Amino acid sequence: MKRLIALAFAATLAAGTAGAQTTLRIGLAEDPDVMDPTTARTFVGRIVFASVCDKLLDIDRDQKLVPQLATEWSWSDDQKSLTLKLRPNVKFHDGEPMDAAAVKYSLERHLNFPGSRRKGEISQIKAITVVDPLTVRLDLAVPFAPLIAQLTDRAGMIVSPKAAAAMGDKFGSAPVCAGPFKWVERVQQDRIVVERFADYWDGGNIHFDRIVYQPVVDATVRLASLQSGQLDLVERVAATDVDTVKRNSRLRLVQATELGYLGISFNIANGDKAKTPLGQDARVRRAIELAIDRDAINQVVFNGLFTPGNQWVSPQSPWYVKSVPVPRRDVTRAKALLKEAGVPNLSFTLNLPSGSENAQVAQVIQAMLQEAGIDMKLRTVEFATSLQMASKGDFEAYLIPWSGRVDPDGNIWTFSACEAAQNDARYCNPEMDKWLKEARSTNDRERRMAAYEQAAKVQAADLPRIYLYHRTWLYGLSGKLQGFQSPPDGLIRVQGLKLG
Amino acid sequence: MGSLPAYIARRLLVALPTLLVVSFIVFGLQLLLPGDPALLLAGEDRDPEVIAYMRRLYRLDEPIWVQYGDWVLRVVQGDLGESIRLKESVGSLIGAKLWVTAELAVLSMLWAVAIGIPAGILSAVKRDTIWDWSASAVGLAGLSIPNFWLGIMLILFFSVELGWLPASGYVSPWEDPLGNLAALAMPSFVLGSGVAAVLMRHTRSAMLTVLNADYIRTARAKGLAEKRVVRRHALRNALVPVVTLGAIQLGELLGGAVLTEQVFSIPGFGKLIVDAVFNRDYAVVQGVVLVTALAFILLNLVADLIYFLVNPRMRG
Repeated sequence: MKRLIALAFAATLAAGTAGAQTTLRIGLAEDPDVMDPTTARTFVGRIVFASVCDKLLDIDRDQKLVPQLATEWSWSDDQKSLTLKLRPNVKFHDGEPMDAAAVKYSLERHLNFPGSRRKGEISQIKAITVVDPLTVRLDLAVPFAPLIAQLTDRAGMIVSPKAAAAMGDKFGSAPVCAGPFKWVERVQQDRIVVERFADYWDGGNIHFDRIVYQPVVDATVRLASLQSGQLDLVERVAATDVDTVKRNSRLRLVQATELGYLGISFNIANGDKAKTPLGQDARVRRAIELAIDRDAINQVVFNGLFTPGNQWVSPQSPWYVKSVPVPRRDVTRAKALLKEAGVPNLSFTLNLPSGSENAQVAQVIQAMLQEAGIDMKLRTVEFATSLQMASKGDFEAYLIPWSGRVDPDGNIWTFSACEAAQNDARYCNPEMDKWLKEARSTNDRERRMAAYEQAAKVQAADLPRIYLYHRTWLYGLSGKLQGFQSPPDGLIRVQGLKLG
Repeated sequence: MGSLPAYIARRLLVALPTLLVVSFIVFGLQLLLPGDPALLLAGEDRDPEVIAYMRRLYRLDEPIWVQYGDWVLRVVQGDLGESIRLKESVGSLIGAKLWVTAELAVLSMLWAVAIGIPAGILSAVKRDTIWDWSASAVGLAGLSIPNFWLGIMLILFFSVELGWLPASGYVSPWEDPLGNLAALAMPSFVLGSGVAAVLMRHTRSAMLTVLNADYIRTARAKGLAEKRVVRRHALRNALVPVVTLGAIQLGELLGGAVLTEQVFSIPGFGKLIVDAVFNRDYAVVQGVVLVTALAFILLNLVADLIYFLVNPRMRG
């Protein structure tokens, strides 16, 4: 009898261990939008996709392309076709094979689905050919270097054709992809739950059974949830809370400089508000830049954690043009330039989307400009309204963040090329256009870099926008979590992540 | 006054035009909002093709009366439309939040009643004593402390310091009843404290009026114990206006509590409607307002019915 009890006890113990579920709980700063790789648009959505939908390629800490669903890729000699070799024996969550046909289906879905947000990212693709079950070829009309980097994000996510066809525009309510975790449920504004996909191709690198993503909008509460052990990892710790995390021996802080930036855009030629010395005379904009002390903004508002910058990529990026460094503050020179331009008492209004960080940055700049005799008025506008005002030209200057793209083209083209989609300033300089076109038309890194160097010089002379700084992704982690990688895109990769 | 069913029927009939007017005002106000939903929906890249598609899809170019008429027609058929942002039916979104909001509202009301009414009675009965003054001071604090601040202080104390309660999130009562109460304890207290202060002030003044009434003097003259005078004679009458007030407060709580829900990450109406406004998700805003207005009307009706039952004079 005793033996029987002992046996039963041992069996219970064993069952207990086998059944122990490890759950990773991640706190997000916002609630994601629809979770369909083709139509999704939020940053937090991309964080969740990182565990559900694998991409053709990925990036590492140094922004280098690394294999994910594609193992090899090569450009043809004329640089107009890209051939991708796919990883064999990869399955989607519904058991369907991830092959060349699925890649073709997914890319065509991105290109043709009504309301696709991916179309603009890969519209240069003219034909997609299945060469064999594990080889796919993308043909372009003209050489387009930024394309390959797009495949490291949502445009490179491959969905199960069967599930996508069956679910249509409801695919985003339960996406079926080939990532390490499969969809379980979503309670709007409360949580998204995913569970480990047993047939994942890189299963050895996955150490959790479940992940729960929970949107906690308030940064203080997000951190409190981490401190109380309710969450294991939170994104976007407030810069002012960094010391709290560092002082807590049970927590860890991980940081990475973002791909994007925060800058001030000036209205150069969009309607009546451009017809001011600020819009018409580059010397005036140069005076503003000289009156700003980027380091001081960083110290005062962000505890020195962010990276001051003057280009569309951060000084840490391999694409930063070192021959055009961040200018130092020079108030005397700023005043002289204003005098030269005939506006010693410059006055203008800066539109800024609401948010306490934006307001603090704007106030610091306001104080700095005042020392150079510039009167900058602040107009805080709710985000959707500020977007519309920008697009209509109802602004003189506009403080605006950009989330950033892997390829530098994604950070500059749409804002500074003549007639590009987001060129709200209507800035157009044929010289700039020439270099930006050159940079996107070749895969030769040196030629691209040379073109960007010229573009950076034009930017520094024209200053249609002043780049201020690059934010730092700040993550708070439970001290027990190990193996967290932090590439500059700010996403949370679950591969290799485990409880120590 | 007529029979009770006829009364209820008449009240419900009057509610219909009210709802229509409310929905029309909200519809109109939304169109006054600056900011183009299509521009917002196109995402950071603002692809012109996507913008045009969104405009067509959500019929943003059509005249307001066509949009409104279309919406009313669909609502009459029980269809509240689809959320632009989440691609889900507004009906199911509201359904999912309704329970959370209702539970939070009821728990908050429990806190409010449990604190506000006894405090009000106490300060009326012990008028101008230390009890009265302390109750007034606490009441004033309840009214004037901002919810988000109180919320964050409670989180820092009960979650971070003591580790007793979860800092954020919601657990369904069907999954984990205790966890559910733990998750809602702080948010409902924060919301309830404000309402408690209102109830306390009103209970106090109603009690003071009643305690000075002739029939109370008669009761006392009959030699009734003071406890009995307060409980049986004064309180019952004093509570009549407090019941109405409670119903109005409950109605407001059902509209969702934006800041408190935000602080505690409770997925209720408040968060839903705020996200919807910022994302110009018109169908969701309309739906939530309609349901909230309906809840308000029904609660008022219930309050009047309680009146009808407690106060014999009203039965006429």
